[in-house]
Amino acid sequence: MTAIAERPNAAGLRRDAFLERLALFGLGSPALLLVLVAMVLPVGWLFWLSFLADDGSPSLEHYRRMWQEPSYGRTFFVTFQVSLLTTGICIVVGYPLAYVLSQLPRRAANLAMIGVLLPFWTSLLVRTYAWLVLLQRQGLVNQWGIELGLWSEPLALVHNLQGTLVGMVHIMLPFLILPVYGSMRAIDRDYLKAAANLGAGPVGAFWKVFFPLSLPGLFGGALIVFILCLGFYVTPAVLGGGRVIMVSNRIATDIELFFNWGAASALGVVLLGLTLALLYVASRLVRLDRVLGGGH
Amino acid sequence: MGWLGRPATETQITHRARLWLYAVAVLVMAFLVLPTLIVIPMSFSASQYLEFPPREWSLRWYRSYLASPEWMQATATSLKAAFLTMLVATPLGTLAAYGLFASRIRFGRFAFALLVTPIIVPVILVGIGVFYAYVKLKLVNTLAGIVLAHSMLAVPIVLMIVTSALKSHDMSQEMVARSLGASRPRAFLLVTLPQIRFSVATSAVLAFLTSFDEVIVALFVSGGNNSTLTRSMFNALRDQIDPTIAAISTIMILVTSLLLALAQTVGQPRKRE
Repeated sequence: MTAIAERPNAAGLRRDAFLERLALFGLGSPALLLVLVAMVLPVGWLFWLSFLADDGSPSLEHYRRMWQEPSYGRTFFVTFQVSLLTTGICIVVGYPLAYVLSQLPRRAANLAMIGVLLPFWTSLLVRTYAWLVLLQRQGLVNQWGIELGLWSEPLALVHNLQGTLVGMVHIMLPFLILPVYGSMRAIDRDYLKAAANLGAGPVGAFWKVFFPLSLPGLFGGALIVFILCLGFYVTPAVLGGGRVIMVSNRIATDIELFFNWGAASALGVVLLGLTLALLYVASRLVRLDRVLGGGH
Repeated sequence: MGWLGRPATETQITHRARLWLYAVAVLVMAFLVLPTLIVIPMSFSASQYLEFPPREWSLRWYRSYLASPEWMQATATSLKAAFLTMLVATPLGTLAAYGLFASRIRFGRFAFALLVTPIIVPVILVGIGVFYAYVKLKLVNTLAGIVLAHSMLAVPIVLMIVTSALKSHDMSQEMVARSLGASRPRAFLLVTLPQIRFSVATSAVLAFLTSFDEVIVALFVSGGNNSTLTRSMFNALRDQIDPTIAAISTIMILVTSLLLALAQTVGQPRKRE
Protein backbone atom coordinates (compact mmCIF):
# COMPACT_ATOMS: atom_id res chain seq x y z
CA MET A 1 0.00 0.00 0.00
CA THR A 2 2.76 2.43 0.92
CA ALA A 3 4.37 1.90 -2.47
CA ILE A 4 1.22 3.21 -4.14
CA ALA A 5 0.95 6.19 -1.86
CA GLU A 6 4.36 7.44 -3.01
CA ARG A 7 3.23 7.83 -6.58
CA PRO A 8 2.59 11.42 -7.71
CA ASN A 9 -1.09 11.03 -8.60
CA ALA A 10 -1.99 9.08 -5.46
CA ALA A 11 -3.66 12.01 -3.74
CA GLY A 12 -5.82 12.75 -6.80
CA LEU A 13 -6.85 9.11 -7.10
CA ARG A 14 -7.74 8.96 -3.46
CA ARG A 15 -9.86 12.08 -3.82
CA ASP A 16 -11.61 10.62 -6.86
CA ALA A 17 -12.29 7.41 -4.97
CA PHE A 18 -13.69 9.35 -2.05
CA LEU A 19 -15.93 11.44 -4.32
CA GLU A 20 -17.21 8.33 -6.03
CA ARG A 21 -17.99 6.69 -2.70
CA LEU A 22 -19.81 9.82 -1.68
CA ALA A 23 -21.82 9.77 -4.92
CA LEU A 24 -22.68 6.12 -4.33
CA PHE A 25 -23.77 6.96 -0.83
CA GLY A 26 -25.98 9.62 -2.39
CA LEU A 27 -27.99 6.85 -4.06
CA GLY A 28 -29.39 6.11 -0.65
CA SER A 29 -30.64 9.64 -0.14
CA PRO A 30 -34.14 9.28 -1.68
CA ALA A 31 -34.86 6.35 0.65
CA LEU A 32 -33.31 8.21 3.58
CA LEU A 33 -35.40 11.26 2.79
CA LEU A 34 -38.56 9.14 2.70
CA VAL A 35 -37.84 7.53 6.06
CA LEU A 36 -36.86 10.89 7.51
CA VAL A 37 -40.00 12.68 6.34
CA ALA A 38 -42.55 9.92 6.86
CA MET A 39 -41.20 8.49 10.05
CA VAL A 40 -38.37 10.21 11.93
CA LEU A 41 -39.96 13.68 11.83
CA PRO A 42 -43.50 12.61 12.83
CA VAL A 43 -42.23 10.37 15.63
CA GLY A 44 -39.82 13.11 16.72
CA TRP A 45 -42.75 15.50 16.82
CA LEU A 46 -44.69 13.09 19.05
CA PHE A 47 -41.65 12.90 21.30
CA TRP A 48 -41.79 16.68 21.62
CA LEU A 49 -45.56 16.65 22.25
CA SER A 50 -45.16 14.19 25.10
CA PHE A 51 -43.26 16.81 27.08
CA LEU A 52 -45.94 19.50 26.69
CA ALA A 53 -48.80 20.03 29.13
CA ASP A 54 -52.31 20.51 27.77
CA ASP A 55 -51.84 24.28 27.75
CA GLY A 56 -48.65 23.95 25.70
CA SER A 57 -46.08 24.67 28.42
CA PRO A 58 -43.22 22.22 28.88
CA SER A 59 -43.89 19.70 31.63
CA LEU A 60 -43.54 16.08 32.61
CA GLU A 61 -47.25 15.89 33.41
CA HIS A 62 -48.01 13.03 31.03
CA TYR A 63 -45.21 10.91 32.40
CA ARG A 64 -46.16 11.72 35.97
CA ARG A 65 -49.75 10.71 35.30
CA MET A 66 -48.55 7.45 33.79
CA TRP A 67 -46.71 6.78 37.03
CA GLN A 68 -49.55 7.79 39.34
CA GLU A 69 -52.75 6.61 37.69
CA PRO A 70 -53.37 2.94 38.43
CA SER A 71 -55.09 2.41 35.07
CA TYR A 72 -51.76 2.95 33.30
CA GLY A 73 -50.12 0.50 35.65
CA ARG A 74 -52.75 -2.06 34.65
CA THR A 75 -52.11 -1.42 30.97
CA PHE A 76 -48.38 -2.03 31.42
CA PHE A 77 -49.06 -5.07 33.58
CA VAL A 78 -51.36 -6.57 30.92
CA THR A 79 -48.83 -5.79 28.20
CA PHE A 80 -46.02 -7.57 30.05
CA GLN A 81 -48.29 -10.42 31.11
CA VAL A 82 -49.48 -11.09 27.56
CA SER A 83 -45.98 -10.70 26.10
CA LEU A 84 -44.37 -12.99 28.67
CA LEU A 85 -47.05 -15.66 28.37
CA THR A 86 -46.91 -15.56 24.58
CA THR A 87 -43.12 -15.85 24.63
CA GLY A 88 -43.25 -18.71 27.15
CA ILE A 89 -45.83 -20.68 25.17
CA CYS A 90 -43.90 -20.06 21.94
CA ILE A 91 -40.74 -21.52 23.54
CA VAL A 92 -42.50 -24.60 24.93
CA VAL A 93 -44.38 -25.26 21.70
CA GLY A 94 -41.84 -24.07 19.15
CA TYR A 95 -38.66 -25.67 20.47
CA PRO A 96 -39.78 -29.30 19.96
CA LEU A 97 -41.02 -28.54 16.44
CA ALA A 98 -37.77 -26.79 15.53
CA TYR A 99 -35.89 -29.79 16.97
CA VAL A 100 -37.79 -32.31 14.88
CA LEU A 101 -37.49 -30.13 11.77
CA SER A 102 -33.75 -29.73 12.28
CA GLN A 103 -33.32 -33.52 12.16
CA LEU A 104 -35.34 -34.07 9.01
CA PRO A 105 -33.47 -34.46 5.74
CA ARG A 106 -32.93 -31.05 4.08
CA ARG A 107 -35.56 -31.52 1.41
CA ALA A 108 -38.29 -32.60 3.83
CA ALA A 109 -37.34 -29.82 6.24
CA ASN A 110 -37.63 -27.21 3.50
CA LEU A 111 -41.05 -28.54 2.62
CA ALA A 112 -42.13 -28.42 6.26
CA MET A 113 -40.76 -24.89 6.48
CA ILE A 114 -43.39 -23.82 3.96
CA GLY A 115 -45.92 -24.87 6.57
CA VAL A 116 -44.18 -22.73 9.18
CA LEU A 117 -43.97 -19.79 6.78
CA LEU A 118 -47.53 -20.06 5.47
CA PRO A 119 -49.03 -18.24 8.45
CA PHE A 120 -46.05 -15.87 8.32
CA TRP A 121 -47.14 -14.54 4.97
CA THR A 122 -50.90 -14.73 5.33
CA SER A 123 -52.50 -11.45 6.25
CA LEU A 124 -52.58 -10.84 9.98
CA LEU A 125 -56.24 -9.92 9.74
CA VAL A 126 -57.15 -13.12 7.95
CA ARG A 127 -55.50 -15.19 10.66
CA THR A 128 -57.11 -13.17 13.42
CA TYR A 129 -60.46 -13.60 11.70
CA ALA A 130 -59.87 -17.36 11.42
CA TRP A 131 -59.36 -17.61 15.18
CA LEU A 132 -62.42 -15.50 15.84
CA VAL A 133 -64.49 -17.92 13.77
CA LEU A 134 -62.92 -21.03 15.31
CA LEU A 135 -63.08 -19.92 18.93
CA GLN A 136 -66.48 -18.21 19.07
CA ARG A 137 -69.36 -19.70 21.06
CA GLN A 138 -70.87 -21.63 18.15
CA GLY A 139 -67.38 -22.07 16.69
CA LEU A 140 -65.68 -25.22 15.57
CA VAL A 141 -63.59 -25.70 18.69
CA ASN A 142 -66.59 -25.50 21.02
CA GLN A 143 -68.64 -27.70 18.67
CA TRP A 144 -65.99 -30.41 18.55
CA GLY A 145 -65.20 -30.14 22.24
CA ILE A 146 -68.83 -30.78 23.13
CA GLU A 147 -69.26 -33.56 20.57
CA LEU A 148 -66.20 -35.32 21.95
CA GLY A 149 -67.56 -34.87 25.46
CA LEU A 150 -64.60 -32.80 26.66
CA TRP A 151 -66.91 -30.09 28.02
CA SER A 152 -70.69 -29.73 28.05
CA GLU A 153 -71.39 -25.99 27.80
CA PRO A 154 -69.87 -23.73 25.13
CA LEU A 155 -66.76 -22.16 26.67
CA ALA A 156 -65.86 -18.49 26.36
CA LEU A 157 -62.71 -19.02 24.32
CA VAL A 158 -62.46 -15.64 22.67
CA HIS A 159 -62.95 -11.98 23.58
CA ASN A 160 -60.67 -12.56 26.55
CA LEU A 161 -57.06 -13.23 27.50
CA GLN A 162 -57.00 -16.85 26.31
CA GLY A 163 -58.28 -15.94 22.86
CA THR A 164 -55.69 -13.19 22.56
CA LEU A 165 -52.92 -15.56 23.60
CA VAL A 166 -53.95 -18.20 21.04
CA GLY A 167 -53.94 -15.61 18.26
CA MET A 168 -50.63 -14.10 19.32
CA VAL A 169 -48.84 -17.43 19.72
CA HIS A 170 -50.02 -18.36 16.24
CA ILE A 171 -48.57 -15.15 14.83
CA MET A 172 -45.31 -15.21 16.78
CA LEU A 173 -44.35 -18.90 16.49
CA PRO A 174 -42.49 -18.57 13.16
CA PHE A 175 -40.36 -15.78 14.68
CA LEU A 176 -39.21 -18.24 17.34
CA ILE A 177 -38.94 -21.35 15.18
CA LEU A 178 -36.78 -19.80 12.44
CA PRO A 179 -33.81 -18.70 14.59
CA VAL A 180 -33.99 -21.81 16.78
CA TYR A 181 -34.07 -24.03 13.70
CA GLY A 182 -31.13 -22.11 12.26
CA SER A 183 -28.99 -22.48 15.35
CA MET A 184 -29.88 -26.19 15.66
CA ARG A 185 -28.90 -26.86 12.05
CA ALA A 186 -25.56 -25.20 12.71
CA ILE A 187 -24.68 -27.55 15.57
CA ASP A 188 -21.96 -29.99 14.59
CA ARG A 189 -23.30 -33.53 15.16
CA ASP A 190 -19.76 -34.69 15.96
CA TYR A 191 -20.09 -32.98 19.35
CA LEU A 192 -22.85 -35.44 20.19
CA LYS A 193 -20.70 -38.35 19.09
CA ALA A 194 -17.90 -37.02 21.25
CA ALA A 195 -20.34 -36.80 24.17
CA ALA A 196 -21.39 -40.40 23.56
CA ASN A 197 -17.74 -41.45 23.43
CA LEU A 198 -17.20 -39.86 26.80
CA GLY A 199 -20.07 -41.88 28.22
CA ALA A 200 -23.10 -39.60 27.95
CA GLY A 201 -26.41 -41.29 27.22
CA PRO A 202 -28.70 -39.84 24.53
CA VAL A 203 -30.68 -37.80 27.06
CA GLY A 204 -27.59 -36.55 28.87
CA ALA A 205 -25.92 -35.59 25.60
CA PHE A 206 -28.99 -33.62 24.61
CA TRP A 207 -29.15 -31.61 27.82
CA LYS A 208 -25.41 -31.18 28.34
CA VAL A 209 -24.33 -30.56 24.75
CA PHE A 210 -27.13 -29.96 22.26
CA PHE A 211 -29.43 -27.80 24.36
CA PRO A 212 -26.75 -25.31 25.51
CA LEU A 213 -25.53 -24.98 21.91
CA SER A 214 -29.05 -24.15 20.74
CA LEU A 215 -29.52 -21.49 23.42
CA PRO A 216 -28.26 -18.46 21.42
CA GLY A 217 -30.94 -19.05 18.80
CA LEU A 218 -33.54 -19.63 21.50
CA PHE A 219 -32.59 -16.44 23.37
CA GLY A 220 -32.58 -14.41 20.19
CA GLY A 221 -35.91 -15.77 19.01
CA ALA A 222 -37.54 -15.37 22.41
CA LEU A 223 -36.37 -11.77 22.73
CA ILE A 224 -37.63 -10.90 19.27
CA VAL A 225 -40.98 -12.50 20.08
CA PHE A 226 -41.19 -10.58 23.35
CA ILE A 227 -40.25 -7.27 21.72
CA LEU A 228 -42.76 -7.70 18.90
CA CYS A 229 -45.47 -8.70 21.40
CA LEU A 230 -45.04 -5.44 23.31
CA GLY A 231 -46.26 -3.48 20.29
CA PHE A 232 -49.25 -5.67 19.37
CA TYR A 233 -52.45 -3.92 18.49
CA VAL A 234 -54.72 -5.83 16.09
CA THR A 235 -54.89 -9.19 17.84
CA PRO A 236 -55.75 -7.91 21.33
CA ALA A 237 -58.22 -5.44 19.80
CA VAL A 238 -60.11 -8.16 17.92
CA LEU A 239 -59.62 -11.32 20.00
CA GLY A 240 -59.47 -9.52 23.35
CA GLY A 241 -62.92 -8.05 22.89
CA GLY A 242 -62.06 -4.90 24.87
CA ARG A 243 -60.87 -6.93 27.88
CA VAL A 244 -57.20 -7.05 26.89
CA ILE A 245 -55.90 -3.51 26.69
CA MET A 246 -52.23 -3.39 25.79
CA VAL A 247 -50.13 -0.25 25.43
CA SER A 248 -50.85 0.06 21.70
CA ASN A 249 -54.60 -0.25 22.25
CA ARG A 250 -54.44 2.38 24.95
CA ILE A 251 -52.54 4.73 22.62
CA ALA A 252 -55.16 4.28 19.91
CA THR A 253 -58.02 4.94 22.36
CA ASP A 254 -56.29 8.06 23.66
CA ILE A 255 -56.24 9.42 20.12
CA GLU A 256 -59.55 8.12 18.77
CA LEU A 257 -61.74 8.90 21.77
CA PHE A 258 -59.98 11.59 23.77
CA PHE A 259 -57.75 13.34 21.20
CA ASN A 260 -55.17 13.35 23.96
CA TRP A 261 -52.00 13.61 21.92
CA GLY A 262 -49.78 14.30 24.90
CA ALA A 263 -50.80 11.18 26.81
CA ALA A 264 -50.69 8.98 23.70
CA SER A 265 -47.27 10.33 22.75
CA ALA A 266 -45.87 9.77 26.24
CA LEU A 267 -47.07 6.15 26.16
CA GLY A 268 -45.57 5.76 22.71
CA VAL A 269 -42.23 7.14 23.87
CA VAL A 270 -42.15 4.68 26.78
CA LEU A 271 -43.05 1.82 24.43
CA LEU A 272 -40.32 2.85 21.99
CA GLY A 273 -37.81 3.20 24.82
CA LEU A 274 -38.59 -0.30 26.09
CA THR A 275 -38.35 -1.72 22.58
CA LEU A 276 -34.99 -0.08 21.88
CA ALA A 277 -33.56 -1.09 25.26
CA LEU A 278 -34.57 -4.72 24.71
CA LEU A 279 -33.27 -4.66 21.15
CA TYR A 280 -29.97 -3.43 22.49
CA VAL A 281 -29.85 -6.34 24.94
CA ALA A 282 -30.79 -8.69 22.11
CA SER A 283 -28.07 -7.29 19.86
CA ARG A 284 -25.47 -8.07 22.53
CA LEU A 285 -26.68 -11.67 22.75
CA VAL A 286 -27.20 -12.59 19.12
CA ARG A 287 -26.60 -11.30 15.65
CA LEU A 288 -29.89 -9.55 14.99
CA ASP A 289 -29.64 -9.46 11.23
CA ARG A 290 -29.61 -13.24 11.33
CA VAL A 291 -32.74 -13.39 13.46
CA LEU A 292 -34.63 -10.72 11.55
CA GLY A 293 -33.23 -11.70 8.19
CA GLY A 294 -34.51 -15.23 8.63
CA GLY A 295 -38.02 -13.95 8.64
CA HIS A 296 -38.48 -10.74 6.79
CA MET B 1 -41.87 -52.15 12.75
CA GLY B 2 -38.08 -52.15 12.82
CA TRP B 3 -37.95 -48.41 12.32
CA LEU B 4 -39.50 -47.73 15.72
CA GLY B 5 -36.92 -49.76 17.56
CA ARG B 6 -33.97 -48.07 15.91
CA PRO B 7 -32.32 -45.02 17.45
CA ALA B 8 -33.09 -41.80 15.58
CA THR B 9 -29.39 -41.28 14.96
CA GLU B 10 -26.48 -43.14 16.46
CA THR B 11 -26.37 -40.81 19.45
CA GLN B 12 -30.11 -40.59 20.10
CA ILE B 13 -32.92 -42.54 21.73
CA THR B 14 -35.08 -44.85 19.65
CA HIS B 15 -37.92 -43.55 17.53
CA ARG B 16 -40.37 -45.37 19.78
CA ALA B 17 -39.11 -43.60 22.88
CA ARG B 18 -39.65 -40.24 21.27
CA LEU B 19 -42.94 -40.83 19.50
CA TRP B 20 -44.37 -38.14 21.78
CA LEU B 21 -41.98 -35.67 20.22
CA TYR B 22 -43.29 -36.44 16.74
CA ALA B 23 -46.85 -36.11 18.03
CA VAL B 24 -46.06 -32.67 19.48
CA ALA B 25 -44.41 -31.60 16.22
CA VAL B 26 -47.40 -32.72 14.14
CA LEU B 27 -49.83 -30.98 16.49
CA VAL B 28 -47.88 -27.72 16.41
CA MET B 29 -47.65 -27.93 12.63
CA ALA B 30 -51.43 -28.42 12.46
CA PHE B 31 -51.90 -25.46 14.80
CA LEU B 32 -49.81 -23.33 12.45
CA VAL B 33 -51.36 -24.39 9.17
CA LEU B 34 -54.97 -25.47 9.68
CA PRO B 35 -56.69 -22.37 11.12
CA THR B 36 -55.88 -20.32 8.04
CA LEU B 37 -56.84 -23.08 5.64
CA ILE B 38 -60.13 -23.91 7.35
CA VAL B 39 -61.50 -20.49 6.40
CA ILE B 40 -61.47 -21.51 2.73
CA PRO B 41 -64.15 -24.24 2.83
CA MET B 42 -66.14 -22.24 5.37
CA SER B 43 -66.41 -19.33 2.97
CA PHE B 44 -68.44 -21.54 0.61
CA SER B 45 -71.07 -22.24 3.25
CA ALA B 46 -74.66 -21.31 2.53
CA SER B 47 -75.56 -20.65 6.14
CA GLN B 48 -75.38 -17.43 8.10
CA TYR B 49 -73.22 -19.26 10.64
CA LEU B 50 -69.90 -20.35 9.30
CA GLU B 51 -70.06 -24.12 9.36
CA PHE B 52 -67.39 -26.69 8.89
CA PRO B 53 -67.90 -28.77 6.91
CA PRO B 54 -70.63 -26.65 5.27
CA ARG B 55 -73.96 -28.49 5.12
CA GLU B 56 -74.80 -26.71 1.92
CA TRP B 57 -72.37 -25.16 -0.51
CA SER B 58 -72.96 -21.81 -2.11
CA LEU B 59 -71.23 -18.73 -3.46
CA ARG B 60 -73.53 -16.51 -1.43
CA TRP B 61 -70.78 -14.68 0.45
CA TYR B 62 -68.73 -14.12 -2.70
CA ARG B 63 -71.80 -12.59 -4.33
CA SER B 64 -72.35 -10.39 -1.31
CA TYR B 65 -68.71 -9.26 -1.53
CA LEU B 66 -68.83 -8.55 -5.24
CA ALA B 67 -72.18 -6.79 -4.98
CA SER B 68 -71.05 -4.40 -2.23
CA PRO B 69 -69.81 -1.05 -3.52
CA GLU B 70 -67.98 -0.40 -0.23
CA TRP B 71 -65.99 -3.64 -0.37
CA MET B 72 -65.23 -3.12 -4.06
CA GLN B 73 -64.02 0.41 -3.41
CA ALA B 74 -61.86 -0.74 -0.50
CA THR B 75 -60.38 -3.53 -2.63
CA ALA B 76 -59.57 -1.11 -5.42
CA THR B 77 -57.90 1.29 -2.97
CA SER B 78 -55.81 -1.50 -1.45
CA LEU B 79 -54.69 -2.79 -4.85
CA LYS B 80 -53.82 0.69 -6.07
CA ALA B 81 -51.93 1.54 -2.88
CA ALA B 82 -50.04 -1.77 -2.93
CA PHE B 83 -49.09 -1.41 -6.58
CA LEU B 84 -47.88 2.18 -6.16
CA THR B 85 -46.02 1.25 -2.98
CA MET B 86 -44.23 -1.46 -4.93
CA LEU B 87 -43.32 1.03 -7.66
CA VAL B 88 -41.91 3.50 -5.13
CA ALA B 89 -40.26 1.25 -2.55
CA THR B 90 -38.51 -1.21 -4.89
CA PRO B 91 -36.32 1.29 -6.80
CA LEU B 92 -35.70 3.40 -3.69
CA GLY B 93 -34.73 0.40 -1.59
CA THR B 94 -32.62 -1.14 -4.35
CA LEU B 95 -30.73 2.09 -5.00
CA ALA B 96 -30.10 2.58 -1.30
CA ALA B 97 -28.95 -1.03 -0.90
CA TYR B 98 -26.53 -0.72 -3.82
CA GLY B 99 -25.29 2.73 -2.82
CA LEU B 100 -24.69 1.88 0.82
CA PHE B 101 -23.15 -1.48 -0.04
CA ALA B 102 -20.78 -0.16 -2.69
CA SER B 103 -19.77 3.08 -1.00
CA ARG B 104 -18.34 1.40 2.12
CA ILE B 105 -18.43 4.71 3.97
CA ARG B 106 -18.36 4.49 7.74
CA PHE B 107 -21.49 6.61 7.84
CA GLY B 108 -23.18 3.92 5.74
CA ARG B 109 -23.79 1.66 8.72
CA PHE B 110 -25.59 4.49 10.43
CA ALA B 111 -27.66 5.19 7.32
CA PHE B 112 -28.54 1.49 7.07
CA ALA B 113 -29.66 1.48 10.71
CA LEU B 114 -31.76 4.57 10.08
CA LEU B 115 -33.36 2.96 7.04
CA VAL B 116 -34.46 -0.15 8.94
CA THR B 117 -36.00 1.79 11.85
CA PRO B 118 -39.50 1.52 10.33
CA ILE B 119 -39.55 -2.19 11.17
CA ILE B 120 -38.26 -1.59 14.69
CA VAL B 121 -40.42 1.31 15.86
CA PRO B 122 -43.81 0.02 17.12
CA VAL B 123 -46.30 0.46 14.28
CA ILE B 124 -48.84 2.20 16.48
CA LEU B 125 -46.33 5.00 17.06
CA VAL B 126 -45.70 5.30 13.32
CA GLY B 127 -49.46 5.27 12.79
CA ILE B 128 -50.31 8.15 15.09
CA GLY B 129 -47.18 10.10 14.13
CA VAL B 130 -48.01 9.89 10.44
CA PHE B 131 -51.64 10.71 11.23
CA TYR B 132 -50.55 13.83 13.12
CA ALA B 133 -48.32 14.94 10.26
CA TYR B 134 -51.02 14.22 7.66
CA VAL B 135 -53.59 16.30 9.49
CA LYS B 136 -51.25 19.28 9.07
CA LEU B 137 -50.37 18.37 5.48
CA LYS B 138 -53.99 17.57 4.55
CA LEU B 139 -52.98 14.08 3.44
CA VAL B 140 -55.44 12.15 5.60
CA ASN B 141 -57.75 9.88 3.57
CA THR B 142 -55.73 10.33 0.38
CA LEU B 143 -54.16 7.64 -1.74
CA ALA B 144 -50.89 9.61 -1.86
CA GLY B 145 -50.77 9.59 1.92
CA ILE B 146 -51.25 5.83 2.14
CA VAL B 147 -48.61 5.19 -0.52
CA LEU B 148 -46.09 7.49 1.18
CA ALA B 149 -46.49 5.79 4.56
CA HIS B 150 -46.54 2.27 3.12
CA SER B 151 -43.48 2.93 0.97
CA MET B 152 -41.63 4.01 4.09
CA LEU B 153 -42.63 0.72 5.74
CA ALA B 154 -41.61 -1.33 2.68
CA VAL B 155 -38.21 0.28 2.03
CA PRO B 156 -36.43 -1.61 4.87
CA ILE B 157 -37.68 -4.94 3.52
CA VAL B 158 -36.40 -4.21 0.01
CA LEU B 159 -33.17 -2.88 1.47
CA MET B 160 -32.51 -6.01 3.53
CA ILE B 161 -33.31 -8.47 0.76
CA VAL B 162 -31.28 -6.66 -1.90
CA THR B 163 -28.35 -6.06 0.48
CA SER B 164 -28.15 -9.74 1.32
CA ALA B 165 -28.19 -10.52 -2.42
CA LEU B 166 -25.35 -8.03 -2.99
CA LYS B 167 -23.34 -9.64 -0.23
CA SER B 168 -23.22 -12.90 -2.14
CA HIS B 169 -22.60 -11.11 -5.44
CA ASP B 170 -19.02 -10.73 -6.61
CA MET B 171 -18.58 -6.98 -7.05
CA SER B 172 -15.27 -7.40 -8.84
CA GLN B 173 -17.29 -8.31 -11.93
CA GLU B 174 -18.43 -4.71 -12.01
CA MET B 175 -14.79 -3.62 -11.78
CA VAL B 176 -14.04 -5.78 -14.80
CA ALA B 177 -16.88 -4.15 -16.74
CA ARG B 178 -15.63 -0.72 -15.79
CA SER B 179 -12.04 -1.48 -16.66
CA LEU B 180 -13.41 -2.43 -20.09
CA GLY B 181 -14.93 1.00 -20.42
CA ALA B 182 -18.42 0.75 -18.94
CA SER B 183 -19.59 3.64 -16.82
CA ARG B 184 -20.72 2.92 -13.27
CA PRO B 185 -24.48 3.06 -14.06
CA ARG B 186 -23.93 0.93 -17.15
CA ALA B 187 -21.92 -1.60 -15.20
CA PHE B 188 -24.67 -1.76 -12.60
CA LEU B 189 -27.45 -2.17 -15.15
CA LEU B 190 -25.66 -4.67 -17.37
CA VAL B 191 -23.66 -6.70 -14.86
CA THR B 192 -24.94 -6.41 -11.32
CA LEU B 193 -28.67 -5.90 -11.75
CA PRO B 194 -29.21 -8.97 -13.97
CA GLN B 195 -27.56 -11.08 -11.29
CA ILE B 196 -29.58 -9.73 -8.40
CA ARG B 197 -32.83 -9.42 -10.36
CA PHE B 198 -34.41 -12.38 -8.59
CA SER B 199 -33.96 -10.75 -5.21
CA VAL B 200 -35.23 -7.45 -6.57
CA ALA B 201 -38.32 -9.22 -7.93
CA THR B 202 -38.90 -10.96 -4.59
CA SER B 203 -38.54 -7.70 -2.72
CA ALA B 204 -41.05 -6.07 -5.08
CA VAL B 205 -43.60 -8.77 -4.28
CA LEU B 206 -42.98 -8.35 -0.56
CA ALA B 207 -43.29 -4.56 -0.86
CA PHE B 208 -46.66 -5.11 -2.52
CA LEU B 209 -47.75 -7.44 0.27
CA THR B 210 -46.45 -5.12 2.98
CA SER B 211 -48.85 -2.46 1.79
CA PHE B 212 -51.69 -4.85 0.95
CA ASP B 213 -51.66 -6.45 4.42
CA GLU B 214 -50.91 -3.36 6.47
CA VAL B 215 -53.59 -2.56 9.06
CA ILE B 216 -52.55 -0.08 11.71
CA VAL B 217 -51.23 2.85 9.69
CA ALA B 218 -54.11 2.41 7.24
CA LEU B 219 -56.50 2.52 10.17
CA PHE B 220 -55.34 6.04 10.98
CA VAL B 221 -54.59 7.61 7.62
CA SER B 222 -57.06 5.94 5.23
CA GLY B 223 -60.78 6.42 5.23
CA GLY B 224 -63.80 7.64 3.32
CA ASN B 225 -63.51 6.75 -0.34
CA ASN B 226 -59.91 5.79 0.20
CA SER B 227 -60.45 3.26 2.98
CA THR B 228 -58.23 0.22 2.47
CA LEU B 229 -59.52 -3.34 2.49
CA THR B 230 -57.72 -4.08 5.75
CA ARG B 231 -59.25 -1.03 7.41
CA SER B 232 -62.77 -2.03 6.38
CA MET B 233 -62.13 -5.63 7.47
CA PHE B 234 -60.81 -4.54 10.84
CA ASN B 235 -63.84 -2.37 11.49
CA ALA B 236 -66.17 -5.15 10.38
CA LEU B 237 -64.40 -7.61 12.71
CA ARG B 238 -64.92 -5.41 15.72
CA ASP B 239 -68.67 -5.25 15.10
CA GLN B 240 -69.72 -8.80 14.30
CA ILE B 241 -68.63 -11.91 12.49
CA ASP B 242 -69.72 -11.15 8.96
CA PRO B 243 -69.37 -14.27 6.77
CA THR B 244 -68.50 -12.01 3.83
CA ILE B 245 -65.10 -11.63 5.46
CA ALA B 246 -64.53 -15.38 5.06
CA ALA B 247 -64.93 -14.92 1.32
CA ILE B 248 -62.60 -11.91 1.33
CA SER B 249 -60.08 -13.83 3.46
CA THR B 250 -60.11 -16.71 1.00
CA ILE B 251 -59.43 -14.32 -1.86
CA MET B 252 -56.61 -12.69 0.13
CA ILE B 253 -55.04 -16.08 0.93
CA LEU B 254 -55.18 -16.94 -2.78
CA VAL B 255 -53.65 -13.61 -3.83
CA THR B 256 -50.85 -13.92 -1.28
CA SER B 257 -50.07 -17.55 -2.15
CA LEU B 258 -50.08 -16.80 -5.87
CA LEU B 259 -47.74 -13.83 -5.46
CA LEU B 260 -45.37 -15.77 -3.21
CA ALA B 261 -45.41 -18.76 -5.54
CA LEU B 262 -44.61 -16.36 -8.35
CA ALA B 263 -41.74 -14.88 -6.35
CA GLN B 264 -40.52 -18.42 -5.63
CA THR B 265 -40.56 -19.64 -9.24
CA VAL B 266 -39.44 -16.41 -10.88
CA GLY B 267 -37.32 -15.32 -7.96
CA GLN B 268 -35.18 -18.40 -7.55
CA PRO B 269 -32.20 -18.56 -9.83
CA ARG B 270 -32.29 -21.94 -11.52
CA LYS B 271 -29.68 -24.08 -9.89
CA ARG B 272 -27.83 -26.59 -11.98
CA GLU B 273 -26.98 -29.66 -10.01
